[in-house]
Amino acid sequence: MVRNISYLLILSILLFSFNAYAKGIYLKPAKFIAEVFDNDPPKAKKIWVKKELKAGIKSILGHDLAAIRIRYWDDGSKTAWILEEIGRDKLITVGFVVKEKKIAQVNVLIFRESRGWEIKYPFFTDQFKQATLVENNKLDRKIDGISGATLSVNALTRLAQLALYLDSQVNKKLN
Amino acid sequence: MTIIQKFSRVLIGIAISSLCVSVTYAEAPDTEKMWEIIQQQQKMIEQLQQKLEATEQKAAVTEQKVEETAEEIEAAAEAIEVAQASGTAQSFIDKTSVGGYGELHYNSKDGDDSIDFHRFVLYFGHEFNENIRFFSELELEHAFLSDSGSSNGEVELEQAWIEMDINDSHRIRAGVDVLPIGIINLTHEPNTFYGVERNEVEKRIIPTTWWEAGVGLNGELAPGWNYDVRLHSGLSTTSSIRSGRQKVAKANADHPATTASLRYTGIPGLEVGGAFNYQSDITAGATTASNSATLFEGHIDWKHNSGFGLRALYAQWDLDTQLSIAGDDTQYGYYIEPAYRFSLTVIPGEFGVFARWSELDYGDTKEEERIGVGFNYWPVEEVAFKFDYSIVDDTDANTTSNSFNLGLGYQF
Repeated sequence: MVRNISYLLILSILLFSFNAYAKGIYLKPAKFIAEVFDNDPPKAKKIWVKKELKAGIKSILGHDLAAIRIRYWDDGSKTAWILEEIGRDKLITVGFVVKEKKIAQVNVLIFRESRGWEIKYPFFTDQFKQATLVENNKLDRKIDGISGATLSVNALTRLAQLALYLDSQVNKKLN
Repeated sequence: MTIIQKFSRVLIGIAISSLCVSVTYAEAPDTEKMWEIIQQQQKMIEQLQQKLEATEQKAAVTEQKVEETAEEIEAAAEAIEVAQASGTAQSFIDKTSVGGYGELHYNSKDGDDSIDFHRFVLYFGHEFNENIRFFSELELEHAFLSDSGSSNGEVELEQAWIEMDINDSHRIRAGVDVLPIGIINLTHEPNTFYGVERNEVEKRIIPTTWWEAGVGLNGELAPGWNYDVRLHSGLSTTSSIRSGRQKVAKANADHPATTASLRYTGIPGLEVGGAFNYQSDITAGATTASNSATLFEGHIDWKHNSGFGLRALYAQWDLDTQLSIAGDDTQYGYYIEPAYRFSLTVIPGEFGVFARWSELDYGDTKEEERIGVGFNYWPVEEVAFKFDYSIVDDTDANTTSNSFNLGLGYQF
């Protein structure tokens, strides 16, 4: 029996070796933006991470953002954001669409962790749809986790909070 | 009217007209003066025009400088962003991760009290590149290790493996690793489970923490379906299953074993899994006839966002022949653990209460029924204060014992 499993292991390795492709990129950020705006995206805008914004971001992420400005796309009815955060060891890149202060769409674009890849599927990301911010920039709902991927789930939750917070800041600026 | 009167009126008229003319001539400048004034005004206009042109020129220069400055800021921002991005990719520190967990226990059983820093664990990991990584778990148990070997302490290398991505969904892993059986064996940080000590079913039957050296494949078969298949070193025992762990310390490798597991995590908050382990000879050649053995395990771990949680697990060993006494060729255990997690507005963090019913038969006349209750308090997700109370009914010895435990655990 052990010998059979050894053969199966070796055969599987050979089989899979011929099927290698680029790792972790599920949807390119540019393609995400194009799809969100029906292939006619508005010009990217930038919000500078000044004092007040910096403090707000830190209160959500628990650390400073390693960026001096954040790009976003705004067609007047919705904003789109591409944000990154470390899960356990690696950065997770996520695309968000915010409409009327609510999360309208979440796509995990790049996931580089070796565990917790379930968070890329709609069965997980659908939990964020229509989520909005309440007191202390928290989400208005609890997000069910993935066993063994708590840190990745927490990272994605923080990014959802951040997308909503940034959307509120650019809209506040306009008003 | 007389001629004199008429003449007088003419004279007066002439006199008035002359006076008017003389007054006008006295107020208006002469032509030369007028020319001088015009020249001065012309000069003034030219000066104003020059000033206006200079101002316009300055405005244009300022505008150009503003544009240049904006471009320079843009270039600087992009340079910083590129430097940040490339720095992240190249930094050794960013490629290396450090973590760990620890737990301090106070145990009181039938009047005997003890305190023990049960586990102090450090993780080290490193990404060689995007597709190849290393991970390790080094553990000090019971805080102290004496040269003479008289202490309870142990140093254990529970994980030290290299993993290579075959593609986006499948990986090959080789080295020392915990086996993918049960709930606690894979995820055993103290803030992730209820109860101060790890539950007896997984400890005695699986036996957690169980690690071996070997090679295997793991990955994703379909959304939410995860597998793990391994060929690895085996147990070596003629008494209890737990004592058969060789801990990859000059371990007998003549009798390899295999493990296969399948887990479904396609519903957020839910994990349903099962594992199968085969030992070609669980005695590792210690008896003349080989004694093959199989372990089957199934479990559910559900954490609903309402706060309700449920863990349940069943595991059973079947051996060809007995190990030390009649009847120990079948050993099994199960537990059911409902829980409820909640927060209070006046206290930061979260609380959880649980109850656990378990039954196990792990040979050596060890048949037990256990009932436990307790709670956890998480001030933050990574730190837990714990309490539990247990009643153990030893059905073989027909005795009952009570115990309570206090614990402090952390993960980072």
